Amino acid sequence: MAGHSAQLDAKTLWGGKESPFQTSYGKLMMWFFLVSDALTFTGLLISYGFTRHDAQDAWPIGEQTFNSMPFLGHGYPLLYVALMTFILIVSSVTMVLAVEAGHRMDRKGVTKWMIATVIGGFFFLGSQAWEWSHFIHGSEFGKIELSDGSQAIVKGHFGEIENFTVIEAGKKHRVGSVIKDDLMHEFQHAAELGHLENGNIHLADGSVAKINKAKDHDMQLIIKRDGKKFKVGQKNISGQEAEKEYYKALYAGEQHRVIYGANMKQNEYGPQQYAQFFFFITGFHGFHVFSGVIINILILLGVILGTYHKRGHYEMVEKTGLYWHFVDLVWVFVFTFFYLL
Amino acid sequence: MERDDLIEYSLHAHHDEAKGKQIRQKIYKVTILLTIVTVVEVFIGATVKQSSEWWAAVKAIFILLTLLKAGYIVMVFMHLGDERKYLRNIILIPYFIFVLFLIFIALWEGTAIGSVWKTMWQ
Repeated sequence: MAGHSAQLDAKTLWGGKESPFQTSYGKLMMWFFLVSDALTFTGLLISYGFTRHDAQDAWPIGEQTFNSMPFLGHGYPLLYVALMTFILIVSSVTMVLAVEAGHRMDRKGVTKWMIATVIGGFFFLGSQAWEWSHFIHGSEFGKIELSDGSQAIVKGHFGEIENFTVIEAGKKHRVGSVIKDDLMHEFQHAAELGHLENGNIHLADGSVAKINKAKDHDMQLIIKRDGKKFKVGQKNISGQEAEKEYYKALYAGEQHRVIYGANMKQNEYGPQQYAQFFFFITGFHGFHVFSGVIINILILLGVILGTYHKRGHYEMVEKTGLYWHFVDLVWVFVFTFFYLL
Repeated sequence: MERDDLIEYSLHAHHDEAKGKQIRQKIYKVTILLTIVTVVEVFIGATVKQSSEWWAAVKAIFILLTLLKAGYIVMVFMHLGDERKYLRNIILIPYFIFVLFLIFIALWEGTAIGSVWKTMWQ
């Protein structure tokens, strides 16, 4: 094959000087990593869609599940998630401004915008922690199994529990004493164990107390599993009928009639897989945000110490910027497919 | 030793203040657009019920708006729009081919499994 090599010269061979992508190695590798990470999230969201498609009407609806705001209570459908989305978009903007400042070798500008980005990241992480805590603890009503065997989630305003008045003595409490501490927790715990009967609560020490509770308002039962009488997709049960059905089941004195919040085994919102997808997808994304914040802090230190200024370019800021924008990009899809649809 | 056969592509992105101003303006415009799109999405999501007959259309709108947002993030914030055509294609084309394949398989298999379940419960 000696004859061939003689024909090749520098004009026909790629000399290795100009790269076809005209990008540095680091940036190219960051892009390849992001493509593979994007495929991971795609797989998760598509499997979510697949499972949801199978479950149909039983699947929870975003605006019913996520309707609370910190300090304000219920009745704000999707607003908090929208706020989280906005926080992440804003922190993405401050990141791109840091990158732009880096291209002008403006060290002060990069520092300022990087700090803003890190703060935005912490805000998002805090919001997600609140969201998880809220999701795990659940609502005041929980999900209830009605007397006909159907399952319903409950909407409305829960009347506050004022106190428990002891009517039968136990080891600790005497007749007539009034319990005022930790009422909601005791109430929900007793409800799960089936220790509520005819408006009375059976306490752990063997005493029985009457529950004094304000009236509920605007109660609605949304059926999530078929029973003998109520079916999935029917009109919501509301008003007096809802209250009658709910308390008949709650005060039946049976175990496992009510579920509060969510864990890996069961949840009050819908099918079991729903909570698992929630924990995995938002958790995996939250972990990306967390590592993004850590990386941003490290790069910020480099900027403050002048490492990149000496190097002559701020490409490290651009590369972490790519990762940070990617995290925002994923959240845009999670927001649509998990919360909106 | 200084090597003259290596090109520092990292330096190519540098620009002056005038160009920077132009870029910043574009960033602010995209920010406003993304915010408006998110507000519109939440408004639609909170007003239109899933049981309504408009829901199929709303779903399509959501997906289109999401792709619009994603496009702006990738092209403007991640600067993919300013990269070379070859780099853009080598990132986007394999990804889209694989994702479309995955969606197709999920729908196809989902329909098949769904019909099996239906016949089982009848």
